[in-house]
Amino acid sequence: MVDLRSNFIGIASPNPFWLASAPPTDKAYNVERAFEAGWGGVVWKTLGEAGPPVVNVNGPRYGAWHGDNRRLMGLNNIELITDRSLDINLEEITQVKQNWPDRALIVSIMVPCEEEAWQKILPLVAQTGADGIELNFGCPHGMSERGMGAAVGQVPEYVGMVAKWCKENYDKPVIVKLTPNITDIRQPARSAQQGGADAVSLINTINSIIAVDLDAMAPSPHTDGKGSHGGYCGPAVKPIALNMVAEIARDEQTAQLPISAIGGIQTWRDAAEFIALGAGNVQVCTAAMTYGFKIVEEMIDGLSRWMDEKGYDSIEDFRGMAVPNVVNWERLNLNFITKAVIDQDKCIKCGRCHIVCEDTSHQAISLEVNGERKFEVNDDECVGCNLCVNVCPVEDCITLEQMTKGTDPRTGKTIDPKYANWTTHPNNPGSCG
Amino acid sequence: MAEISTTGVAAGRLSAREYVDNFSDLHPPLAKNKARTEADRCYFCHDAPCMDACPTSIDIPLFIRQIAADTPDGAAETIFTSNILGGMCARVCPTETLCEEVCVHVAQGNLPVKIGELQRYATDHAMTSGAVTFARAADTDKHVAIVGAGPAGLACAHRLSQAGHKVTIFEANEKPGGLNEYGLAAYKTTNDFAQSEVAFVLSIGGIDIEYGKALGADLPLDDLAKNHDAVFLSLGLAATNGLGIAGDDLDGVKDAVEYIAELRQADDLATLPVGQNVVVIGGGMTAIDIAVQIKRLGARNVTMVYRRGPEQMGASDFEQELALINGVTISHWAMPTAIIGDNGQVAAIDFERTQLEGGKLKGTGEAFTLAANQVFSAIGQVLDASSLADSGLALEGRRITVNEDRKTSLGNVWAGGDCVVGGQNLTVSSVDDGNVAAAAINAFLTGKGE
Repeated sequence: MVDLRSNFIGIASPNPFWLASAPPTDKAYNVERAFEAGWGGVVWKTLGEAGPPVVNVNGPRYGAWHGDNRRLMGLNNIELITDRSLDINLEEITQVKQNWPDRALIVSIMVPCEEEAWQKILPLVAQTGADGIELNFGCPHGMSERGMGAAVGQVPEYVGMVAKWCKENYDKPVIVKLTPNITDIRQPARSAQQGGADAVSLINTINSIIAVDLDAMAPSPHTDGKGSHGGYCGPAVKPIALNMVAEIARDEQTAQLPISAIGGIQTWRDAAEFIALGAGNVQVCTAAMTYGFKIVEEMIDGLSRWMDEKGYDSIEDFRGMAVPNVVNWERLNLNFITKAVIDQDKCIKCGRCHIVCEDTSHQAISLEVNGERKFEVNDDECVGCNLCVNVCPVEDCITLEQMTKGTDPRTGKTIDPKYANWTTHPNNPGSCG
Repeated sequence: MAEISTTGVAAGRLSAREYVDNFSDLHPPLAKNKARTEADRCYFCHDAPCMDACPTSIDIPLFIRQIAADTPDGAAETIFTSNILGGMCARVCPTETLCEEVCVHVAQGNLPVKIGELQRYATDHAMTSGAVTFARAADTDKHVAIVGAGPAGLACAHRLSQAGHKVTIFEANEKPGGLNEYGLAAYKTTNDFAQSEVAFVLSIGGIDIEYGKALGADLPLDDLAKNHDAVFLSLGLAATNGLGIAGDDLDGVKDAVEYIAELRQADDLATLPVGQNVVVIGGGMTAIDIAVQIKRLGARNVTMVYRRGPEQMGASDFEQELALINGVTISHWAMPTAIIGDNGQVAAIDFERTQLEGGKLKGTGEAFTLAANQVFSAIGQVLDASSLADSGLALEGRRITVNEDRKTSLGNVWAGGDCVVGGQNLTVSSVDDGNVAAAAINAFLTGKGE
């Protein structure tokens, strides 16, 4: 029997699905609805320091990138941290944690980059009974211009420094949320670890302009004719998040650093992929903001069903299993030869494989055979690049198949069954092979 | 008058190949890629209209999302949890007047999501994988008698068994399934699906079926109620309305329900007698089922005659269209007045045109005659009340009176399916009756209700 219970850095939750710090976790009302729907935990929307709260614009806060069928692929937002008073938030957090002792409740915090500011807020958060804190070093808009959020997250030394202040002034687990708006995600992760952080969570949103309104000649959406860059999230950012999670998971220094993965998680499969890349749990936002809290039912059912099929009893049984298979390019086997194969029974003869290969790749797919419209791969030219597989509208019609013996007609070289990579390749000036 | 047939009624009008083609699956199952593409169209509506329109309230958005997330067995579990006969419902539900009618895509001018076909994709997958199973709660030592192993009885039995009660079903026929086995059009439930589904339902355990046992002198309701902790009556409608016109006893005048049962049970469709010219009287689903099937068995001319207009027909638009594309002629606003015989065999049937006058259906005096070697009567089924005589069970019209819990007038007797007042003559609403009654019976048996 599958056990979905999660224990992430000592914080227990009935399943690994948490709601990320964001609009869905701004109030007791929303959070309690989320817990009723089955979410394992929430990261409460970011609190700022005491005093008059921030204000939001009164025009649009969100913009969307739509795929086919108006499917929401990406969401961009310019909402700030909570615009409710610190007292009300702390009161509600205390009450919700009392009402839901079995769920994880983490408090996201963003205050100015001064130790005093953190020393003030941390005891107040500790009194709520929340299970831990998450440091918002990620938001790319609004707060970063005030020296907070991504403005801290983009300077690795600051990340470690603030993490250290928090560890010194707060007893429970500290999670550092990382911004992806940086060249090398490993730098802030390493710094967070050195500062004593218990875990990192990533990715926060990506700086973006969703579109330009060509009538108003302004970013879309806009407020009174002006638009601002905002944070991009949703299914479109998942590949970026997967890579950044993997970068941290396979970095020697941070390999043991627990990761709470965030970025475009819509279904159980997305969650499983992040966990396979080393994440200890996942955080979700856009999927809930697109469909409501009920989607967690599919995630819980799907993940347990898949784990059951695979014989994994708990998350830990498969966590990180894909990490050793993420390698740098130079470690890929150059003796592994593949050729595209088109299943003629499945082919609907649209011609896309031919034209992309002809115009943009290696001229390896025919348009005609014996005077008939027929798409066949010419192994003499095919480099196995996978482009035709990706553009084919029919699933499983074109596949890449490995050549295991004989000669590669493109290179004239005999297939070598032995693994050999670029580091030992004769063309590599640095190779010693 | 249509042409006069020289061959009259004959069996084996088609080649072996034609029988196979004509009675193969009406909607072939969706392949995986089609199912996922279709599932992707679902908007995952909140408080979804489709869910409200389903008599068994299946969580349609959730199961479709599960298909989209490539967990068809999870989708099937969602379906079966609300409707254990979700496989048959996927095949026979008039989705165009239920879930699919209210799909929000329709409001956008699009085709609705193919909910029925997606439901079939998921349930077929689970029936093959065997991944979805249900367990019985600990034995309660309570014993419930169910009369009739049709959809209502099976659904009720399954829910009661889940709750740990022992169930005995008394079934008049030799096989379980009710109209799923003996009614419905054969091309909607191929490969003996009704029996596979019953086996799936019974796999929970704790349910016995005694065949060849009908309510009546040998099995009085009084005794059943005395000897069991509760009784659920899902008798169906075993009797049919007769035409009641001159000549309705001629050879070749048949009851549609009986003929469909013969067809469903036939080992060889080529043995069934099929007229050259066939007239079907009625406008419901049964009328369409017999008209289309007799046409597919090789009848040359099939005419469905209904006394009112297309809007009043019990058959859905989809079913009416199905009849038309199968070459059935549908004639509205006419009622049969007499059947004319030739040597004891039906030869033609007289009609009078009808119209509404002040809301009442009246003959116009205009008459016409159709040549017919076979006449099928499909004008409704009724409860066989003889078996309930002296039981004290309250009836209304010719159906059993029940409250919203499907409780009858008798102390420990519930009823559901087609035999009760308000019965919809649909598999899915019968399943709902069985579910509702099972909940009420369980509450009664465990002292949590009443």
